[in-house]
Amino acid sequence: MHMPKKLEGRSLDVIKTVLQALAIVEADIRKLRHDPIELFTRMIQPAIWLLIFGQAMANARAIPVMESSYLDYIAPGILAQSVLFISIFYGIALIWDRDMGILQKILVTPTPRVVLVLGRSMAAGVRSLSQIIVVYAISYFLGIHLRLDLLSILGVLAMMLLGGALFSTLSLIIASVVKKRERFMGIGQILTMPLFFASNALYPITLMPGWLQTLSIVNPLSYQVDGLRYLMIVGEASHFGLLTDFGVTIAIYALLVAIATAIYPKILY
Amino acid sequence: MTKTAVELIELTHYYDTYAAVDRISFKLESGKILGLLGPNGAGKSTTIKMLTTLLPVTSGAAIICGHSLVASPALVREHIGYVPQMLSADGELTGYENLLISAKLYGLNKEKRKKRIAELLEFMGLTEFADQQVNRYSGGMIRRLEIATALIHQPRVLFLDEPTVGLDPAARRSLWKKIKELQHNFGTTILLTTHDMEEADTLCDIVAFMHLGHIVLMDTPAALKAKYGPHATLDDVFLGYTGATITEGGDYAHAKEIRRTVSRRD
Repeated sequence: MHMPKKLEGRSLDVIKTVLQALAIVEADIRKLRHDPIELFTRMIQPAIWLLIFGQAMANARAIPVMESSYLDYIAPGILAQSVLFISIFYGIALIWDRDMGILQKILVTPTPRVVLVLGRSMAAGVRSLSQIIVVYAISYFLGIHLRLDLLSILGVLAMMLLGGALFSTLSLIIASVVKKRERFMGIGQILTMPLFFASNALYPITLMPGWLQTLSIVNPLSYQVDGLRYLMIVGEASHFGLLTDFGVTIAIYALLVAIATAIYPKILY
Repeated sequence: MTKTAVELIELTHYYDTYAAVDRISFKLESGKILGLLGPNGAGKSTTIKMLTTLLPVTSGAAIICGHSLVASPALVREHIGYVPQMLSADGELTGYENLLISAKLYGLNKEKRKKRIAELLEFMGLTEFADQQVNRYSGGMIRRLEIATALIHQPRVLFLDEPTVGLDPAARRSLWKKIKELQHNFGTTILLTTHDMEEADTLCDIVAFMHLGHIVLMDTPAALKAKYGPHATLDDVFLGYTGATITEGGDYAHAKEIRRTVSRRD
């Protein structure tokens, strides 16, 4: 007789936690509404990659990608990359909030510690959605073969949210460990390039030397790109399988959330 | 019988091997205002950070509203409000939005939220500025908003870390009035830190002088002044107790923090 009550209490707790995390997302969305400039600056980098790097490499025909044009191949990679490059620096907001006292204000509320991590990382995911618009728009004009059915687009949205959330959680962990802005920026820089180049964003994993292939296979960006490639482009196959792509991404995100939850309050000490 | 709102029992915090707060004990009656005074680095802020569950307790204990700080910090958080020394209002949001997000974090339902936010805006004289972004507020308005935010869930104990630092005299006085009203109208217990002896004298029922992590003196302002002669001020008490033994307090990090706080727009 006690079990159902206990279960009910637990599911209520879960709902409460989700609502509290959504309050953090809401704060972020309200900020964007007051000052939406960031949504536009975010769009510049993927545009440059597609229009300059993508077009040049497509003409060079240097990278053999089966059955598809090179632009088709890298558009999903550019989309994932553009989210990675911004999300990886998201943790600086935690340092900023610590210095301002906003973090302290949240930590004295009875919200579970996980709320801030979930809320912050989901907010980062939401911010990354603006980049889908620009990549799709440019892709359309470049004649990239986009899948435009609703289900595929929802899949892309889900993968982008997860990707932005995953890398911003990684960023929160780094911020909690290094604690200082200057050190944080250095580490962010060090991480972005290996994550980008040791992935399947620009070239197939099969073209890489063995050691790099190993790195690519443990790199969460590879799974994100793989899933996006299938969901975004007509005729592209998923290398790992869509289920694996989402499964690995969710599992790594969950692991990172657990680590971040355990360590971020220590940024105050 | 009077109720105890906050009780510290040999509360201690070590930064590595340095005892920032060293076995301090006291009781604070419900509905009273306690001022923690003392030079920079005396352990005032560390004490507040422990009591608000932001810093771990190295040893000792504290009971806040009947809950153990060490054993059940989550329960303690439900009963306390905290306004840090730094600027904790979100400048990119409006005053209303700041209150709204806090209300949601405390899990207040829609009806309660609406009522509570309206009450607090009114109480702090911010109703007509509710929809303005906080980065256009004056320093005094920001402080009032921050205190309103900390009161959203009707906490029984409120912690204020140097509440009036950086405010002009008029803003300072109006904030004192609000703090007093809070005590009178709602019986809120308040624990604040300050460097301002006039503030301590005006606001506090009890003051405690901290020095090198210890509480060296604790009494009513009147009783403390009486010990130093008929015309003594709390400044005299402060200098009398700590002046001879301390070097000028504070380090680089502390100075940086204070300057940043002072630069809040006014």
